[in-house]
Amino acid sequence: MLYIPGNNPAMLQQGSVYGADGVLLDLEDAVALNQKDSARILVSHMLEYISYEGCEVTVRVNHIDTPFGLEDLKQIVPLQPDAIRLPKVETLDEIKRIIDVIEQIEDEHQLPHDKMNVHVMIETALGVQNVYDIAKYSPRIDAISIGGQDLAADMQLVKANDGIGIDYARKQIVMAAKACKIDVFDTVFVDVENEEGLREDAEYIKKLGFTGKAIINPRQIEIVNEVFTPTEKEIRKAVKIVKAFERNTKEGIGVFAVDGKMVDAPVVQRAMRVLEMADIEMADL
Amino acid sequence: MIKAKVVKNILQRDIPEKLEGIGELEPFAGAFTKLKKGWMEEETVPPPNKAKMPHSDKTCSDLKEAILRTNPKDGMTVSFHHHLRGGDSLLVQSIQILAELGIKDITLASSSLTSAHDPILPYLKDGTITQIYSSGIRGELGKAIAEGVMPKPAVIHSHGGRVRSVHTGRIKIDLAVIAASASDEEGNCTGSHGKSAFGSMGYASIDAWYAKQVIVVTDHIVDYPCVPRSISQNYVDYVVKVDSIGDPSKIAGGTTRITKAPMDLQIARLAANVIEHSGELKEDFSFQVGAGGASLAVAKYLRKIMRRREIKGSFILGGVTSYGVDMLNEGLFRSIFDVQSFDAAVSTSLMDNPYHIEIPAGLYANPFNCGCMTNKLDIVVLGALEIDTDFNVNVITGSEGYVRGASGGHCDTASGANLTVVVCPSFRGRIPIVKDKVHTIVTPGESIDVLVTERGICVNPKRPELRENLIKAGIAVKDIKELATEVEKITGKAKPIENTDRIVGVVEYRDGSIIDVIRQVKD
Amino acid sequence: MELKIKAQAGSFESSDVLIMVEPQPLGVGRKIELESIVLQQFGEDLLNQINTDLDTFAISDVRVIINDKGALPPTISARLETALKRSAGIQSGTLS
Repeated sequence: MLYIPGNNPAMLQQGSVYGADGVLLDLEDAVALNQKDSARILVSHMLEYISYEGCEVTVRVNHIDTPFGLEDLKQIVPLQPDAIRLPKVETLDEIKRIIDVIEQIEDEHQLPHDKMNVHVMIETALGVQNVYDIAKYSPRIDAISIGGQDLAADMQLVKANDGIGIDYARKQIVMAAKACKIDVFDTVFVDVENEEGLREDAEYIKKLGFTGKAIINPRQIEIVNEVFTPTEKEIRKAVKIVKAFERNTKEGIGVFAVDGKMVDAPVVQRAMRVLEMADIEMADL
Repeated sequence: MIKAKVVKNILQRDIPEKLEGIGELEPFAGAFTKLKKGWMEEETVPPPNKAKMPHSDKTCSDLKEAILRTNPKDGMTVSFHHHLRGGDSLLVQSIQILAELGIKDITLASSSLTSAHDPILPYLKDGTITQIYSSGIRGELGKAIAEGVMPKPAVIHSHGGRVRSVHTGRIKIDLAVIAASASDEEGNCTGSHGKSAFGSMGYASIDAWYAKQVIVVTDHIVDYPCVPRSISQNYVDYVVKVDSIGDPSKIAGGTTRITKAPMDLQIARLAANVIEHSGELKEDFSFQVGAGGASLAVAKYLRKIMRRREIKGSFILGGVTSYGVDMLNEGLFRSIFDVQSFDAAVSTSLMDNPYHIEIPAGLYANPFNCGCMTNKLDIVVLGALEIDTDFNVNVITGSEGYVRGASGGHCDTASGANLTVVVCPSFRGRIPIVKDKVHTIVTPGESIDVLVTERGICVNPKRPELRENLIKAGIAVKDIKELATEVEKITGKAKPIENTDRIVGVVEYRDGSIIDVIRQVKD
Repeated sequence: MELKIKAQAGSFESSDVLIMVEPQPLGVGRKIELESIVLQQFGEDLLNQINTDLDTFAISDVRVIINDKGALPPTISARLETALKRSAGIQSGTLS
C-alpha cells in the first residue's frame, strides 16, 4: 500500500503504475495544515479522472475532531473509493460516531453502506488497548493498521527506529485483526535509502502475521513485494502438501507426512494460503 | 530558387529530391534495402596525401598558432568530437579563434553538440558557421536551428552514418581538432590517462584518418612515446599543449549513478522482466544500454536476473558507464567494446583491463564495412522522446519542435540487435510520448521490437513469437494503438507543432538515405 | 459564487499549476492571463476548461492568472476551484 501525498498532482496521477496492491491518497499527515482544502479538492478531482485500475484506492482522511475531518468525509465519501482510512482511532464510541457520519453522508447521496470499506488506524496507546472492540464494531471494517510514528510519539519513545517499543502493539493489533478475520497492515519504514533495513523489517512483520505493509516511496514496493510473495521453494512445497492432502482425503487419511514432516489440517491451510498469495488456482494443479 | 520535386519515403514522410546546401537526397527505403546488396553504391574518397620531413617539429605554442598553421579558409569544414561530453571547451575556443580570423561559411562537423556549445550561437547568426553536421544538437543551438537562423539545413546523422559520410566525402574535413588527455610531441595520443582522462576516443579516429589537417590538443604532454595511445602520430599534423581542455568535473566526473526517479526505475524493472522472458536472454548474449535514466537502470535489474539465473554475457557495447565496468569486473560479461566512456571509472578500466577495448566509430556502427559490432548485438535498450503507433521513434526533436536530442547510435544499434527494447514514459508532464504520429522519425519502427512504458508493454506485430513468449510468462501485452488512445484520454489531444514549409534540417538514416526532415517552427 | 478577496492555489511544481483569482467589478468580464509550458499544444484546451469551470461557478467578473507546469485537467479544475472558494471565503475545513 503506497502512500501518496494528497496535494501532489505529479504523484497522484502516477500512483497506480508502480505495482503496489493499493494506493493510499493521504489528506492527513502528508498535507500541510494550510493546504488541507487544496488537497481535498485535488484528490476529489483525481478520483474522478484517473483510472487506478488494478489498484485498490484508499483515502486517508483527517481525524473527525480536527477542523478538517468532517469536510473530508463530506467530499470523499460520496466518491466511494474502495476504502476510507481513519487515523488515530482510540475508542469504540469514536468509531461508532465516525461510521454514523459516513453512513449519514451515504444516505444523503443514496449510496449503499456496504460498498466502501473502512480501514482503522491504531496510533495511540489507548487505541492499542481498545483495538479488538474497535475492529469488531462493524463488518465494514475490513482492515486495521498500526501507525508506528504516532504511536511511538504517544508512548514518548525517544529512539523508535528499531521497532522494539511498538513490538507489543504490533502483536496486539495482529491478534485483534486475526480474531476478527480481517487484514492487518504494518506501519511505514521511513528510511527510504535503507533497503536492507526495510527488507528485515518486512520479513519480521510478515512473521508476526501482518497482511502487508504501508510504504512511502515507490522504490520500496519491490522489496516488500519480494518479501510477501512466496518463493518458488515455498510454492513447490505447498503444491506438494495440497496434492498429498487431496490424495489422502480420498483415501480417508487425516494425518500424513510430506518429506518426513507431519501434515495435518492447519499445515494444509497454510499451504493453501501460500498458493492463494502466489495467485495459483487449485484447479490449475 | 526552383522548388524541388518532393517524394514520399517508405515511411510516408515528404522528402525533396534536392535541397540547397546539401544536394540530392535519397529517400529512405527500409533499414536494409541498401545494405543487403553487399556493397555501398557511393564511391569512397581517398584520405589526403601528406608528407613530413624527418625531425620536423609539430608542436605549437597555442591553439591559435596551430590553427593559423593549417591555413584556414572560408568555406572550410572543421570537425570536433564529443568525448569530453558536457565539459568540452575546445570547440568553442576553436570557433572563436576562427571567427576572430574572419573565416566565414564554416561547416561545423562535430560528432555531437551539447549545451556546453551554446556560446557559439552568435557565429551561427553572423555567417561564420553556415552549416552543421552532427549526431545531436541541444540547448540554444537546437532552438536556433529550428527557428531557422542558419542558411543551410543541418544534417543529423547517426554515429555509424557519420563514418560513412566521411568515407563518401559528404563530410569533407579540412581541419580536425582532437582533444586528448595525454599526447607526446608527435601526436601519439589517448584519452585513457592524464589528469583529464575521459576514456575512449572512438569518434575521433575516422577524422584523424581523413582530415586534411589534424591538430591534437592536450593539457598533458608526456615523454615520447605516449603509451598506450589511441591515435598514432602518422595521422597528426600539429600538437598543442593548453592549460585546460575543459571543465574537469564535467569531463571525468566520478561514476554514473543509477537514477532514483521512481518512474524510471519502474519502467526499467518492467523492461528487465521483458528481457528475461523474451527468449533472447541466453548464455553469451551481448548487451548495450544508454547512459541515461530508465535505460541505464535496466542494467541494474538485469544484473540481478543474470546472477539469479547464472547467465554470463559475452560483451557490452557502446557508450560505457562505470555500471558496465562493475558488471565486467564481477564476471557477468567477458569484455567491453568502448566507443565512448561516460565517467572517470571507465577510463581507469580502459587503461587497466585488457578486456575493456577501445573501438573506433566505424567498427562500432558503420553499416558499410565487413560487419560493425552493432551487427553482433543481441539486446539493446534505448530511450525515446516520442514513439508512434508504428513504433517509429523520435530522439531528435522535442515537444516544441526544437532540436534537443541526439540520433547517436539509436538507429545503428536498433537495426543490429536481435531484441531492441525502447523504454520511455507514456507521457511526460502533459505531453504524450506514445502517439499516432511522431514529429520527426530517427529510427524506423521496423527496427523496434518492444516498447516498455509504465502503462503498458507493446510488442511490434512483426515479432509474434516475442509476444507469445511474454504472454506465456504472464506479462500483459497491450496493443500500441490502445496505449496511445489511453494516453490521449489522460493528457487530452495535443495540437501538433506548427511549422513553416522551410526545411532547416534533414535526418539521415545510417545508410545515408533521408528518413525525415525538420521544418522551421512558427513563432 | 461571490468573490471577495485575492486568493491563490497550487504550486510551481511540475505537473501542477498556480492559479490566482482576483475579484473584478460587475460588468468587467473575465480577464484570463495564461502562461503554460504546454501553451502551444494545449493553450486552447486550457482556456476552454477555465471558462467552462467559471461558468459552473457562475462567475463572470474575475481576473484569473494561470501559471501552468503541464498539469492534467483534474489538477487545473481542482486548483481553480480551491482558489475560487478561498476567494469567496466559503471553504470550510481549512486553516488559512
